[in-house]
Amino acid sequence: MNSIIKYLKDLFGGIKTLLTGMMVTGYYFVHPKEIVTQQYPENRKTLVMLDRFKGELVMPHDENNQHKCTACSICEINCPNGTIEVISKQTETEDGKKKKELDTYIYKLGMCTFCGLCVKVCPQDAIEFSNEFEHAVFDKEKLTKTLNHPGSSLKSKQTAQ
Amino acid sequence: MTEEIVQHDIEQEEYLLNMGPQHPSTHGVLRLLISLKGETVANIEPHCGYIHRGIEKMCEKLTYQQIIHLTDRLDYLSAHINNEAVCLLVEDALQIEVPERVKYIRTIISELSRLASHELWWCAFGMDMGALTTYFYGLRDREKILDIFEETTGGRLLQSYNCPGGLMNDIHPNFQKRIKEFIPYFRKKLPEYDELLTGNVIMQERTKGIGPISKEDVISWGVTGPSGRGSGFACDVRKHHPYSAYDKVQFEEILFTEGDSLARYKVRIAEMWESLKILEQLVDNIPEGDYAVKMKPIIKLPEGEYYQRVEACRGEFGVYVISSGEKYPVRVKLRSPNFSNLSALNRMAAGFKIADLVAVGGSLDLVIPDIDR
Repeated sequence: MNSIIKYLKDLFGGIKTLLTGMMVTGYYFVHPKEIVTQQYPENRKTLVMLDRFKGELVMPHDENNQHKCTACSICEINCPNGTIEVISKQTETEDGKKKKELDTYIYKLGMCTFCGLCVKVCPQDAIEFSNEFEHAVFDKEKLTKTLNHPGSSLKSKQTAQ
Repeated sequence: MTEEIVQHDIEQEEYLLNMGPQHPSTHGVLRLLISLKGETVANIEPHCGYIHRGIEKMCEKLTYQQIIHLTDRLDYLSAHINNEAVCLLVEDALQIEVPERVKYIRTIISELSRLASHELWWCAFGMDMGALTTYFYGLRDREKILDIFEETTGGRLLQSYNCPGGLMNDIHPNFQKRIKEFIPYFRKKLPEYDELLTGNVIMQERTKGIGPISKEDVISWGVTGPSGRGSGFACDVRKHHPYSAYDKVQFEEILFTEGDSLARYKVRIAEMWESLKILEQLVDNIPEGDYAVKMKPIIKLPEGEYYQRVEACRGEFGVYVISSGEKYPVRVKLRSPNFSNLSALNRMAAGFKIADLVAVGGSLDLVIPDIDR
């Protein structure tokens, strides 16, 4: 007799715990406003990323197609993965002085671990992280990017003022 | 063959079964070679190395600033805490006193990481038991914490917010407001975890008394963190060797004495309540000041050996560095909690059914990249 009582007790106790859990799921079933799921590909137009989000490295250019990078290569030295490659060229100014100038700023997105050291050490604040996060491509070559725009030049101190 | 001989063979012969490296309930590329007698586990032999990246060796060619981002890749769910360990070691070796503000912010983000990690563990543990629903409820709350991280640090999973001497940048103006919103929200949602899973009859049957381990065994196998505290081993580094701002907050070290899977489960649920308590004490009292000390661009540690330990989400995380006075370390050894926790799996699960192994493994909360390094 005792074993029957224990069996029934276990049975109904078990059903009660299952119903307790069902209460929670049932609550959200009848309260659809509390559901927090974002319909991602559909809401791409209204999706706002938080401004500090580290998506990919970019080099901001102003309206005259000028950037701030002086090709000092500090970011290249500080990068732990060899993600950044700064290629510089020697140019001569009008008064005959030799000057180092940025030729190509290569950024290999596939190797980047987003540690943020390059942005932190840059003395000119020439690079920053953008919020772009859709990096998927079909071709691996497309992950190697050139950050300075074609025909861009260094923002001189006179124009900055 | 007659039925008797077949029966005899099943009982006597050892059957070797590979669980993993591709198995959903090992939570990564862990391979367990299991000797079975019938359906009972006789012996478990973990085979590591499927995600070995040689991080300790890589550290020997990197500067101290660059090492930090590699420690993210060990236990990715306690990324900030691992970073903090390296930073504390460098600051300790150079005898730099970081501002109080840095200590408070580091502690807040550590506790948020712990909450996020335990929430994800809770999701995955429910799923190991066959309850898919828990996954959605846990991730719903974890998302709120990840948004706080994203706003202040710029990273959601791997924050990269620490650097020797302080933090990468100051906290976002919304940081305190968001945490103050999150604490009452999560206090309301946490009882749902108990309703959904803790009291559930299937969950109780599958974890109560399953995978027990004694306090002596826990100490001799070096099991730390919530898994060790489930057996009554008082090993909380935050309590016994306080670092950052942990000496300024009141919290309890959660100890259970049963040592079974349910005890390890309960420790983590109770730790979530404690983390909320710590957050409440700190969030309003962040002192004013600098967010970092100005450091030299090239950090050279004085010659010698250094060790720093912190309480990561899964146990004690330690960094051991030998320096010869150069900008690169000579040798880096990382003491990862999961490696020690995994070694005790055989002690816990041997003698139980193979289905129980999944429950025991889930209650240990293993993160595989932390095991292989």
